[in-house]
Amino acid sequence: MYRYDEFDFQFVRERAEQFRGQVARRLAGELTEEEFKPLRLMNGLYLQLHSYMLRIAIPYGTLSARQLRKLGDIARRYDRGYGHFTTRQNLQLHWSQLPDVPDILLELADVEMNCIQTSGNNVRNISADPFAGAAAGELEDPRVLCEILRQWSTLHPEFSFLPRKFKICVIGTEEDRAALLIHDIAIKIIRNEKGETGYRVYVGGGLGRTPYLAEEIGAFIDKHDILSFLEATMRVYNEAGRRDNIHKARVKILVHQIGIPEMRRRVEEEFSEIRKQGTLEVPVHEMVRIAAYFAPPAFEKLADECPSYEQHLRENHDFAQWAKTNVHPHKMPGYAIVTISLKPIGKTPGDCSSEQMEGLADAMDALGQQEVRVTHEQNLVLPHMRKADLYALWQKLVPLELATPNCGLVTDIIACPGLDYCDLANARSIPIAQAIAKRFSDLDRQHDLGELKIKISGCINACGHHHVGHIGILGVDRKGVENYQILLGGSGAEDATLGEILGPGFDQQGIVDAVENVIGTYTTLRQNGERFLDTYRRVGPHPFKERLYAR
Amino acid sequence: MLVKNGKIVEDAFTAVADGDPLPDGAVLVSLKRFQAESPALLARGAPLGVRLESADTPEILGEDLRSLALVVLHVNHFRDGRAFSWARLLRTRLGYRGEVRISGHVLLDQIAFYARVGADAFELPLNQPAEAVRAAFTEISNVYQPSVDGRPTIRDLRAARFPKTTLAPS
Repeated sequence: MYRYDEFDFQFVRERAEQFRGQVARRLAGELTEEEFKPLRLMNGLYLQLHSYMLRIAIPYGTLSARQLRKLGDIARRYDRGYGHFTTRQNLQLHWSQLPDVPDILLELADVEMNCIQTSGNNVRNISADPFAGAAAGELEDPRVLCEILRQWSTLHPEFSFLPRKFKICVIGTEEDRAALLIHDIAIKIIRNEKGETGYRVYVGGGLGRTPYLAEEIGAFIDKHDILSFLEATMRVYNEAGRRDNIHKARVKILVHQIGIPEMRRRVEEEFSEIRKQGTLEVPVHEMVRIAAYFAPPAFEKLADECPSYEQHLRENHDFAQWAKTNVHPHKMPGYAIVTISLKPIGKTPGDCSSEQMEGLADAMDALGQQEVRVTHEQNLVLPHMRKADLYALWQKLVPLELATPNCGLVTDIIACPGLDYCDLANARSIPIAQAIAKRFSDLDRQHDLGELKIKISGCINACGHHHVGHIGILGVDRKGVENYQILLGGSGAEDATLGEILGPGFDQQGIVDAVENVIGTYTTLRQNGERFLDTYRRVGPHPFKERLYAR
Repeated sequence: MLVKNGKIVEDAFTAVADGDPLPDGAVLVSLKRFQAESPALLARGAPLGVRLESADTPEILGEDLRSLALVVLHVNHFRDGRAFSWARLLRTRLGYRGEVRISGHVLLDQIAFYARVGADAFELPLNQPAEAVRAAFTEISNVYQPSVDGRPTIRDLRAARFPKTTLAPS
């Protein structure tokens, strides 16, 4: 993975000291909260319902064992002994004290981490496929471009006060595990007919109150031109994006207001101007230099069949159940990708305690794992496990309560922090996720239902990605009472679609019954082992609606 | 308080409201007045400045830009970041060499960004200690991306430090 050199270290430490000065000015009353707000937001510090919340950037969702251990340590010493992994592959500490934050930033800098641009109207943490470097069929590791983009966008002088936040995602496979098309700019690594790799660029995705999937704006951008192309796109947005209404300020609104052909024309015009100057060109040797940091580990030459693994699968039912959902094929024979669920039944989706972070870091060291990834589904991934080590890993995960066998199943729920923490929320999300998980806790039933993605947001801002849930749940405030609407048919994968609201909402008790009712309709109608999503797409909303709202 | 090229200086321009008589010497007028009176204003033989609002692209000045000694980019709210793009546009495609001044609701913590995209003067809303102004430009030593200021980027500095190294250390 990428390692800081002296320049990166100097940069983040100066940034931490700069923030120390800003905090001191705030505490001394020299800055009002209004003046301080943009400064703290650019360092990932929010003021929430009960406390400050610090959002720590995890670039492209990749962490080392050392970093994970440090996060656990920071959460214990400065917070309440846990952190919350988010849909943006970041980690949030929900109980931060303002005077501590400069010290936290310096401690993060020691392990090559920061909170730069995890908030504010700028380029946010860049996300990537959590299976990067491990997935079969991947053209190139997307994190190479992510790191180049991270450096280019860090304190970008022209784009630090955009109309609104700006999210970028990169993937290198046909399969989409990163919810690519809901990003402001989405980049897919592709190969052209000449056999060269380059980038297909999409623009204008996003959820919130006006959800759109991104549309193609550049069919094939040469690798050395990518910064020029992105700078062109962002300049068009910075100049023409709406600033009169915060809810209409994302680039998706501009794209839909002027249309993708006009957007493409403006970007192309700016792109050709920038290319004339040439200063943004990414030289091949820079790509090669960055790529070397992401070189895969030295894989052993292994047989794909692993007799000891097979034997454990036969002899240990619990292990076999876990492997069924949490172990995925790897590009190399004899290896596997493992998802570690942060969705134990009845707990808060995405939460991870200091003990769990440190325990997992120890397990990584013991099993020679360099990296762990954070997924947008709020789970963790060990990308390069030998099949022969899976049983030993599982035995270490069980006592840490990190071996919940539910990845991709109905209890693997995405939920935003909701009204328990967030001052934007209209309704609580976490208790809904917990109640649904309890209702469907029976593992045989979960397996019978198969892949089913439930995503819950506590308000229209859609941090819980409810529009792209197979079943989406949106919490709203109805005359002072929490009310939950149900959406069906969304997907954040390679078959991305936006879900549609089924009908009137339900109260806190009623929403769990409603989800069960909808799933009951699916089990009645499904054919030939099709997924919930496929049944919905085949039959449409009416059978679901009829049964749910029957008197 | 006017900061130019990093130093606190006296303003050489007199800002003149629309309709008011013009004093001798360098003046600053609104875009509206400039568009209405540009032949007379340009014929005065004294330095002339035009003030643009956040929504005005400097392309609107056309060929007259070459005759201006000052372009003021007035920011109505610090969150409105269009002036960053306008400053850059002035210095790159439009080739403007005169003073580019940021005025209005600008935060001390923003002026280093504005300087990078080509602004060389700042009219700060409150008087600031000279030390704080100096720190705003120097708190962060290096930059990651190229911009109008032509400063060497961290990539350039790496290349200079490790001239023969093209691969990352393992």
